[in-house]
Amino acid sequence: MAHVSTDIADGSHASSGIEAAPVQAGHQQPPIKVYLMVWGLLFVLSLFSYLVDYVGLQGGLRWTLILIFMLAKAGLIMAIFMHLAWERLALSLVILLPPIALMVFVAIMASESDYVVWTRETFFSIIK
Amino acid sequence: MAHTSSLEPTAQRPDGLRGVVADWSSDQRTFKNVSWGKAMIWVFLLSDIFVFGCFLLSYMSARMSTVVPWPNPSEVFALHLFGADIPLILIAIMTFVLISSSGTMALAVTYGYRGDRVMTARLLRLTALIGASFVAMQAFEWSKLIAEGVRPWGNPWGAAQFGATFFMITGFHGTHVTIGVLFLLNIARKVRRGDYDTGRRGFFTSRKGNYESVEIMGLYWHFVDLVWVFIFAFFYLW
Repeated sequence: MAHVSTDIADGSHASSGIEAAPVQAGHQQPPIKVYLMVWGLLFVLSLFSYLVDYVGLQGGLRWTLILIFMLAKAGLIMAIFMHLAWERLALSLVILLPPIALMVFVAIMASESDYVVWTRETFFSIIK
Repeated sequence: MAHTSSLEPTAQRPDGLRGVVADWSSDQRTFKNVSWGKAMIWVFLLSDIFVFGCFLLSYMSARMSTVVPWPNPSEVFALHLFGADIPLILIAIMTFVLISSSGTMALAVTYGYRGDRVMTARLLRLTALIGASFVAMQAFEWSKLIAEGVRPWGNPWGAAQFGATFFMITGFHGTHVTIGVLFLLNIARKVRRGDYDTGRRGFFTSRKGNYESVEIMGLYWHFVDLVWVFIFAFFYLW
């Protein structure tokens, strides 16, 4: 089981190499202050998105604001809390690129749903 | 046992897209400074992205294609407090609670790498406690809606698919939180006992662990928070 101690040794090697390559060290940790700031920002963004509903905005403005706050929160969580900002691009892309396939799926199903609701509105109303 | 756990130094490797090509080129280990444990949790989380992505996608399809009006979540999830109906208030509180648990989790990871055993264990327990309170609030929300007549096949306010998507999406998310709480308590116990300092072997794996387990736990926990961001936006606010 010698490799386990190797693992730990490498880990400490990585963190001791922070000065040389801060972005690439495996266990790079931002200072606690950064976490607290992100924590606060997430609170503020959540409050804003709640206010969108509380104030009762409707239509395009409502959806745009919801999406902006959602993406800002998701970005902060992934970049800082999940350390993606400090990972190599080879790993980040593995996580960030595949969901694009989901976006294509969303586009397909949105068009399909449009068609389904058209058939329902057209033919269900005839039966009535 | 294969020797696969050494992390490769990356100081000399190119960054950016050139680095992606260099890392993904053949006959080498792709994820240079990432242990197998971290690579695997990311692969797991990617599969979970697809699970929740498909749930939200089917919710979108159901909501877009129904000719019956969708129940207004702002009213459905309102609570009667201080003599007035406050829209979505419980969901807003749940959001703040889950973000706070993510914050304490991030601190736990930091203290873990500093080797502060007691503080790490304390923060992990605190995270588990906040997570459990989230599940409790969700249980309250479910019982309230069930009492009001929401079922997977219908509800008093509108489109029948509302209940099915609601129970499916929040139920799956709540299950993730619950499992996370159990794992948090387990990791907290190991940290508290000093397993990662003394090299005590795991009960199931018979392998020595290290403080990276706290970070891996953290990745799962932040992901649960991340999923909630999307559920909050698409199911509750839209």
